[in-house]
Amino acid sequence: MDFADSPEYAAFRSEVRRWLDANLPSEICVDDAADQRVAPDRETLEKRIAWQRTMHAAGWVGLSWPKEYGGRGASFIQQVIFDEEYFRAHAPILPGHSALNLLGPTLIQLGTEVQKQRHLQPILAGDERWCQGFSEPGAGGDLASLRTRAVDQGDHFVVNGQKVWTSGAHWADWCFLLVRTDPEAPKHHGITYLLVDMKTQGVTVRPLVLLNGHRHFNEVFFEDVVVPKENIVGTVNEGWKVAITTLMFERGGAGGRDHAAQIARLVELAKQFPTRQEPAWNQSHVRQMLSQLMIDAQALKVTRLRGLTRRLRGEPPGPEGSILKLFGSELAQRIADASSTLLGPYATIDGATEAVPDSSRWAHRVMGARQYAIAGGTSEIQRNIIGERVLGLPKG
Amino acid sequence: MDIGFSDEQQLLRDTARKFLDAACTTKFVRERMATPEAMTGEFWAQIARQGWLGINFAEADGGSGLGLVDLVVLMEEMGRAVMPGPYLATALLGGAAIREAGSPAQRQEYLPQIAEGGLKATLAAIEPNARWDASGVMLTAQPMRGGFSLAGTKLFVPDAHLADIVVVAARTRDGSTLEDGVSLFLVPKDAAGLTVSPMPSIDETRKLCELRLDNVAVPQTAQLGEVHQGWPALARVYDGAAVALAAEMCGGAQRVLEMTVEYAKLRVAFGKPIGSYQGVKHKCADMLVEVENAKSLTYYAAWAMDEGQPDAPLAVSMAKAYASDASRKVSNAGIQLHGGIGMTWEHDLHLYMKRAKASEVAFGDATWHRERVATLLGS
Repeated sequence: MDFADSPEYAAFRSEVRRWLDANLPSEICVDDAADQRVAPDRETLEKRIAWQRTMHAAGWVGLSWPKEYGGRGASFIQQVIFDEEYFRAHAPILPGHSALNLLGPTLIQLGTEVQKQRHLQPILAGDERWCQGFSEPGAGGDLASLRTRAVDQGDHFVVNGQKVWTSGAHWADWCFLLVRTDPEAPKHHGITYLLVDMKTQGVTVRPLVLLNGHRHFNEVFFEDVVVPKENIVGTVNEGWKVAITTLMFERGGAGGRDHAAQIARLVELAKQFPTRQEPAWNQSHVRQMLSQLMIDAQALKVTRLRGLTRRLRGEPPGPEGSILKLFGSELAQRIADASSTLLGPYATIDGATEAVPDSSRWAHRVMGARQYAIAGGTSEIQRNIIGERVLGLPKG
Repeated sequence: MDIGFSDEQQLLRDTARKFLDAACTTKFVRERMATPEAMTGEFWAQIARQGWLGINFAEADGGSGLGLVDLVVLMEEMGRAVMPGPYLATALLGGAAIREAGSPAQRQEYLPQIAEGGLKATLAAIEPNARWDASGVMLTAQPMRGGFSLAGTKLFVPDAHLADIVVVAARTRDGSTLEDGVSLFLVPKDAAGLTVSPMPSIDETRKLCELRLDNVAVPQTAQLGEVHQGWPALARVYDGAAVALAAEMCGGAQRVLEMTVEYAKLRVAFGKPIGSYQGVKHKCADMLVEVENAKSLTYYAAWAMDEGQPDAPLAVSMAKAYASDASRKVSNAGIQLHGGIGMTWEHDLHLYMKRAKASEVAFGDATWHRERVATLLGS
């Protein structure tokens, strides 16, 4: 049992920290990267692309990718340390994140040599942004029931259908897309994984504005979209296996969000914020509520580290992994709820106030936090997964 | 970074589980808890031989010189078996207090005997005010010729009826702080003026006692550590015991989860195993989350204590707060998901539920520890 960095990793951590301190422009910093996964406007996007290029020039992008594909071949633990420091520094999520974390590793494992040569370098350099065309109006938690149709026309496919919840599609140059190529086959066996240029005729992106006004997601419509066959990843009708690989990268993300900074800010507010002529912190229920959140955030962090240890030791994944999404998203919701318990009417004001300069941020969290327990598999799905795959309970 | 157990710790766990599966069945637990000893001499001798009683004593004091992380492994297994008897009282309270506060001569006199199984001990800390902080220590120790005279009442003292010696926390002066003026004394079971009477606790596997000290005279040599300065040692004993209990609660909760999952797979209602219904399945998933998070915080606290990390007291309170709530929630959910059978004396769940309740409120409940977390974070 050792929670400390080894000397070698401690040195790596301080190297990362020093570099970020020296190079991260404060104007692009965000309070919590998870609040704004996609740049809200073109100007912010351009700044973040420039930031990705700065990082790339210094060799920090694609850290864990193999060297032959332009990565640094860093160990898993180095990736974890980098992510921890990156979030600690309040750096924004890179515009290339879905390609860097999902498509890139999938192509490295299963793509053709031509696909690798064509896409990996632009992905690292920030020249190509990607979106993930998986979910559909009728295929969310039950993804394999997707119905976007691709018909074989000899040297190309013709795609018709609709995707939804497509994060960042409005900034994307390319899309990694799941389509149904054999409607007669069992549902896991008629799916193909395609790479689609978003500039192709027939692709339409329409914003799907969230209840807090954020323009992060989109609907993407495909109308007779021509996709050449060299853009298949894996084999025709066996794209589900490729999709699973991508989903594994999504769920096995090394990073992990640390909620402690948000809670620390609430503690700070509680000490300043007057209710009944004295700081809210003087009230026992406020202290109890905030210290429980701190305890939960620490529990989540250590549970994540235990899962990483299993991975580092090459052991099969333990129950820890399944817990992170469920507990983490519900914790994020409870933090948002606690802010309104603490701030009262200020938590409903979408703008700075004298007493709470960051009330807008909390108002947005109060509204936006609902999505954490929905996106990437609802909490209900997560509980089914834990019940069935971890505890071995029978399917319903 | 490596947040897992070593091969030696894994071996300790395997050995303990094998031994307890054979020697500490729930049949054994039920038989023993019906007696005042809650233990057999043979069982006590066996755990002494395996080094469990002196696990955290220095080798020079007849112990194994192991740390809290090793103890956590053992406590998880003991919790899983609801091991009855005065282990907590002897090794982790009385023994630990002598280890933390005793002079080399006192350690030499008592700790090897405790480790060998020949001497039982306990710690009399809290009083009718039921407070775990220094302000709760109100029993007085007045200086007298050649020693001190102790007067007052101690409550909820684990297994004092079995102890050969009792470490008593007393107030020797009203100091500048609440902590200043707390002193520790060794009181033998046959001291004149000491009355030990049982408090009938719902957890019969670990008995609680009331101690009345009616001007009990102790010699100077009974003083454990410096006069007035006993609180820091006592606080370290409390923190160690809180982590140990957190680990024990993790082990108990893990077992309740396993029993419940097993039952949910077998029990059929409306033509299907109840575990296939989401109302049951989702509750089981929540139980797993509680257990795993409780383990995480407990392991971190044990490591932080062993390494003397500055955040160790914070880590201890986080672990005890979380584990206290988790073990209550898990044992209650276990009974709920078993339905009527879970409410019966015949079923073993109540052994776990009662131990969980007793441990939940010992050494500070979740509310107490959350307050401590707030104090440590807010300062």
